This record gives sequence, C-alpha cells and structure tokens, in this order.
Amino acid sequence: MNSKLKIFFNGIIAENPTFVLMLGMCPTLGTTGSAINGMSMGLATMGVLICSNVVISMIKKFVPAKVRIPAYIVVIATFVSMLQLVMQAYVPSLYATLGIFIPLIVVNCIVLGRAESFASRNGVFDSLLDGIGIGLGFTLALTVLGAFRELLGTGAIFGAQLYPEAYGSLVFVLAPGAFIALGLLIALFTKLRTK
Amino acid sequence: MKSSLVNMVLSLGIITVVAAGLLSWIYTITEAPIEQAKLDKQIEAVRAVTPEFDNDPVADAVEITPAGEDKALKVFPARKNGELVGAAVESYSAAGFSGDIKLIYGFDLNGTITGYAVMEHAETPGLGAKMDKWFTPEGKGNVIGLNPTESALTVSKDGGQVDAITAATITSRAFLDALNRASTAFSQLKADESN
Amino acid sequence: MLEYISIIITAIFVNNIVFAQFLGICPFIGVSRKLSSAIGMGAAVTFVMLLATTITWLLQDLVLTPFGLGFMQTIVFILVIAALVQMLEIILKKIAPALYSALGVFLPLITTNCAVLGVAIEVTRKGYNLGESVVYALAIAVGFTMAIAIFAGIREQLQLANVPKAMKGVPIALICAGLLALAFMGFSGIKIG
Repeated sequence: MNSKLKIFFNGIIAENPTFVLMLGMCPTLGTTGSAINGMSMGLATMGVLICSNVVISMIKKFVPAKVRIPAYIVVIATFVSMLQLVMQAYVPSLYATLGIFIPLIVVNCIVLGRAESFASRNGVFDSLLDGIGIGLGFTLALTVLGAFRELLGTGAIFGAQLYPEAYGSLVFVLAPGAFIALGLLIALFTKLRTK
Repeated sequence: MKSSLVNMVLSLGIITVVAAGLLSWIYTITEAPIEQAKLDKQIEAVRAVTPEFDNDPVADAVEITPAGEDKALKVFPARKNGELVGAAVESYSAAGFSGDIKLIYGFDLNGTITGYAVMEHAETPGLGAKMDKWFTPEGKGNVIGLNPTESALTVSKDGGQVDAITAATITSRAFLDALNRASTAFSQLKADESN
Repeated sequence: MLEYISIIITAIFVNNIVFAQFLGICPFIGVSRKLSSAIGMGAAVTFVMLLATTITWLLQDLVLTPFGLGFMQTIVFILVIAALVQMLEIILKKIAPALYSALGVFLPLITTNCAVLGVAIEVTRKGYNLGESVVYALAIAVGFTMAIAIFAGIREQLQLANVPKAMKGVPIALICAGLLALAFMGFSGIKIG
C-alpha cells in the first residue's frame, strides 16, 4: 500500500510537474490570469492525462517499440479532441476563455512525458494513480499561480475581493506578471523543498 | 514487442481506426448541443438588450450592410403583435486594442440604446476588458438611453459625450465605433420596414 | 501589401509568440543557455513552422472543411507535424549533412513545441488565406528566434551574476523573461493600415 501512496504523492511534491520538472510551461503561463481559469486548465489536463495513462498502460504490450511515440500521440490526441467537443457542447464560455490552450494539451510535455516514462513501463492501476497524482500536482500549481496573480493584480481570489481592486498591480494579470510570478513561486518551492 | 513492418503498420492502423471511430461517435453526440450552445448565447444576448418582444428575432434575422461599408451586420428585429418595437444588432469594430471586438447592441424604435452585450474580444484584462460594465448605468461611461441616430457618439477626449474607460481610450473608441455602425444598420432596417 | 506588413509587425512585435501568446515556452527556457544553440533552435523552428503551416492549411482547406471533419483537426495536425519532423530528419541526414548536424539535435524537440501546432490552428481560426498564413508563420518564427536569441544573450551574462541560491537557474531566468515581456508590452496597440 505504501508504494501506491508514494506513486500518488510523487506527482504532487517530489515530481511536481510545474515547480520541479518545469514541464508544460505554456498553459501554466497562458491560462493563470485568475485562479478559476488556472484550476479549469489543470483539471482539463488532468482528465486527458488520466485517460491516456490508463489506455497506454493497457496497450503497451501490443505496440511495437519503433512506433510507440506516434501511437501514444494518436491516443492523446483522441482524448484531447473528445475533450474539445464535450467542452464546446456543455461549457462553451470556459472553452472560449481557455482558447487555443485546450487543443494544445496534445503537445503538453507532461502528458507525453508520463506516457513514455511511466505508463509504458507500469501496470494499469499504477498508471492511473500516477495520472491522478501528476494531474493534481499540475492543477494545484496552476491554481496557486492563478490565485497569486489574481490577488496581486486585482485584489481578489476566485472572484472574492480581499482588498480594493484599485490597489492591485495590474501587471500581474498581464503577460510580464505571469513570468515573474512563476519565477517567484518556483524559487519559493525550491527553498521550502530543500530545507 | 519487437518491431516488424507488419506489426508496426497493423498496430498503428488499429489504433487510428479505433480513435477515429470513437471520435466520430462523440462528435455525433455533441453536434446538436454545440449548435444549441452557440444559439443560446445569441438568444440570451438578444433578449438581454432589446425591448420586450413576442417573435423569434433569431429566426427573423436579416443581414444589412451599412451604407459605405462592405461587411453586412446581422440585425435581429424585435416585434410585438407584428409591430416593430426595436432590434438587436450584432456589430464589430476592427479598431480594438488587440484585434477585432464583437458586440450586440439593442435599440428601441426611436434608435435609443437599450442595452449591449460583449460577444468576443481580446482586450487587456483589467483595462479594455472592463467594457462589459463600463458603458452601463452602473459604470462611469453610461451609453444606455443615449441616441446615436442624429450624431454619432464619440469619447469626451474627441469632444464627445461619453467618458472613456480609464487608460483604455482605444477600446472605448472601438466600442463606440461598433455602436455607431450598429445604429446606422438599425436606421436602415427602419427605412426598409416603412417602405 | 499593407495587410501583409501589418501581419508581420503584429506577429513579430505586438503579439510576440513567447512574450504575448505564451507559446513555445519549453524550448524558450530549455534551449536558451547558449546563444549559438538558441539561434539553431530558432532556425529549426522557422523551417518546420513554415512547412507545417503550409501543409496543414492545405489539408484543412481541401480535406477537413469540405468533408465536415473539422473535429478531427487536432489529431490530424499533430500527426502531420510529427510525420513531417521525422521525414525532415531523414531527408536532411541524407542530402544536407551539414545542415543536419546544425539543426538535427533540435528536430525531435519540435514535435512537442506547442508553437508549431499553435500557429497551424491559429491561422485556421483567424481565417487567413494561404499567402497570409505563410507570411504569418514566417513572422511568428522570426519573432520566436528573436525572443530566444535576446534571452540567450541575457542568460549568458546571468551566469556571472551572484544570484540567491533558490533563485538560481529557471526562476531568475523567468523573472528576466518577465522584464523582457514588459518591454515588449510597449509595442502593444500599435497598428498599421
């Protein structure tokens, strides 16, 4: 049981995809203008990651080594396209907000990276746990970054005003603030982890 | 698994066929809700901005090209007991701060503005993006109740009567540009109807 | 003509792919420690982006749209890009070994460079025609190369700077990128034509 828990928590702290592995930077920076957007993007990625991890660990025995990467890409792209269709149908405004970053989950290094380094070498259940763990780690990181930017930029978290908007520094909601806020958070995470 | 030409082609082929099949299936399920979601957004916006009506403005929509321009606008006439009481006009401006903006404006029979809804924009969050509230009675640059039929509305910086969004004059100009275009189209609708 | 100039200026400066659109960040951070490799990466991206955009645009216009297969866009585009990169690798190795040894190491990294897929999808969403799409792709690639080259120049200097331990490496690089993005914001709102 212990080893299962380890797989699960591995993705949240020791191999946090954003703060430690530093993968999937584009959606991390591009969709975290607010906490809710960051969280939605994290959850969307987590959905794809879990599905692709499970399917890939199931089919790994039948896929010849030389074509495994294209095969994984097809699997991932299928799940991403499904997600696109479902989001357009049932949450169109969220789909419009996250925009191009939804189809781009296909090229998110985290998803293909986990397929290659974990799902293709482990069983279905372990891969499921890994998908949930890494997905949660990614979602948490994006939510924290989104909340941090929203708070500094507009004085609110998840839309709840904590101090007047006029005192916020708008730059944190804009592009430069994304880079700076992520840099500060990674530094903080490294400091806490290596203590 | 060892790679040979046969199993490489076979496994990739099977995966692709299964993927395409699954996707088409999801597509047939989500096709109707996606269309519906698009329509709902339009109907909602039309309902929010126009005077009370009892027809189906979306079904009765007509395309009107404002004089001197080459792009047609979609006009949704609002009728009560068969009489024209106003209309919603889907308008655009190419003069936004970052790309085109798309809005729906509502007018009553005199051409007085009854409301507006922002459909699409890429303006700066916290600055130009404030236009969804700024030009309403709760905002500082209220346009509702003004009538652009006689003379086009402009921002106070250009000698007009509307206060521009703080630090987003370009967006404000684009907003009024789209508004004046919509007003012209509405006047043409009235002229067409009385003939 | 004016339209093309407008597309070029907007794509390079105003909507810079890295600083304003947040695409291609992984190579931007990963391959920017040395100026020479940054420029190599930029050249490889330019090459692939031009080819990929042309091919995917034709596919979209001739196959996907006429047959109502728009929902297959993501899957088709990524396969085209992956296949294209593989083929380029093989062809370059055979006919231009010099170019291959310069760009070769970057090619496998490009499949998962979201800028390439991002631009291919973006031009279909913007409704550009073939000419505009190719010009847009080229301008975006030039903007990417410029961004990564400037950034690599800064990071080479950064190695000599005395930085707090936790900030070493990526964090300080990200903050520099933020300052660069701030500078690029000065271009926003510029319009031609």
